[in-house]
Amino acid sequence: MTKIARRSLIACLAALGTGACSKIDGFASNETGSSLFDTAENWHRAVHRALAGRERLAPEYAPEDRSPAFKGNGSLTVDSDIYRDQLSRGFPDWRLSVRGLVDRPMRLSLSELEALPQRTQITRHDCVEGWSAIGEWTGPQLSTLLDAAKIRPEAKFIVFRCADVLYGRPYYESVDLVDAYHPQTIIAHQLNGDPIPEKNGAPLRMRIERQLGYKHAKYLTAIEAVASLDDIGDGKGGFWEDIGDYQWYAGI
Amino acid sequence: MNKRPKPRHALSTRLWHWINAAALVVLFMSGLGISNAHRYLYWGNYGFDPADAWLSVIRFPAWATLPQRYNLAEARDWHSTGAWVFALALLGMWIAMLINRHFSRDIAAPLQKWSPASLLSEVRDHLKGRFSPDEAGAKYNTLQKLTYGVVLGVLLPLMILTGLAISPGIEPAAPWVVDALGGRQSARSIHFLCSWALFVFFVVHIVMVLLSGPINQTWSMIAGGKAPDANEPTGTAQ
Repeated sequence: MTKIARRSLIACLAALGTGACSKIDGFASNETGSSLFDTAENWHRAVHRALAGRERLAPEYAPEDRSPAFKGNGSLTVDSDIYRDQLSRGFPDWRLSVRGLVDRPMRLSLSELEALPQRTQITRHDCVEGWSAIGEWTGPQLSTLLDAAKIRPEAKFIVFRCADVLYGRPYYESVDLVDAYHPQTIIAHQLNGDPIPEKNGAPLRMRIERQLGYKHAKYLTAIEAVASLDDIGDGKGGFWEDIGDYQWYAGI
Repeated sequence: MNKRPKPRHALSTRLWHWINAAALVVLFMSGLGISNAHRYLYWGNYGFDPADAWLSVIRFPAWATLPQRYNLAEARDWHSTGAWVFALALLGMWIAMLINRHFSRDIAAPLQKWSPASLLSEVRDHLKGRFSPDEAGAKYNTLQKLTYGVVLGVLLPLMILTGLAISPGIEPAAPWVVDALGGRQSARSIHFLCSWALFVFFVVHIVMVLLSGPINQTWSMIAGGKAPDANEPTGTAQ
């Protein structure tokens, strides 16, 4: 009796195991799976927002806490002659557009961005892969630009357009207005007191301090206010979100 | 009056046991997949250079990960979904354990049982294959109580705490969690170490079940089983 029961239990478990394994790989792409994952992600975001509110800051560190170097990851440069030329000359002709659902579209040079009120913050950068680096970032707050451009009430997201191209697609990212107006969301032009190095996103890089590194768009060319992300890229809100189904909310 | 005998394992214990087992399998395997994205562990707040790592982790083979191939985004989806099930179930289990006194009656061990001599004699009993409860009417022996206490009270809560500490979205709300753990990379290292401590527990747990009547043990964790009788001598099959 016992032997039969044991054998059938093992057979049952084995069948369950192989059945489960063959289904697992399709789970994320089928409807139940992806809506379950989306629900879990939304719950995390809702809890984070409820606990931290709009204003709570990511931790800021002392100068001596900075990491000795700042790792570059993903795009390490922009592969174009214009970029290489601008890089060698300190980006005299680089312009940042503020456009989309705004009443006063703008095009700003680096010196115009530097003339705005600045915020300097020493923060930790957490990559989705697991590593962290700490650096000091300086730049104007995104809220300053959005207010100056008079963002319209129908705008729900801010899209960041970038000069770098990965796997044949232009990089982009997006955040909602809570993160766009967060005090630590700045358009950085300096890392550790110097112009941002090429590998870290020269000349401009977003800082979205309460989320993972892939949200911090590098080689920034435009800031676009939109009502929906559906018509941008593949509609998932960012480069990695589109090509790899990475989480749009990267606070986890 | 209800004359049905009290089950060996309360319904809340059985439900939690299987939900938790399923959640831990998902979390452990997806965690191995996430580990493959950056296979180096550091202490402190930052760490990105393998030269600074205190541990270079092996690349876990695809059969051990969830999904069964390298896909960081999907592994993270499994992990952050499984985390909800795991954390809410553990919270429920702790509330149930405190209300039905499972913790104070069955898991908390009296102080005299903590003495080295007493523990050593239990270890000797275990080596001889005797796993009887430490007193008449008790469900577990002291080594079991200690193990379950450490798993329920230390390892499982630490998994949640270190997991929260790794999330950049939680830190603004509770920076003290990250500080208490010694920084984000320390939290990540402790998360990894606790997960392997739980894996060791899992292996020992399975071995002990196999050595002490696996069918009966497994069935009583499903159907409830029969509670030990205080009048019966210890050492009987459970």
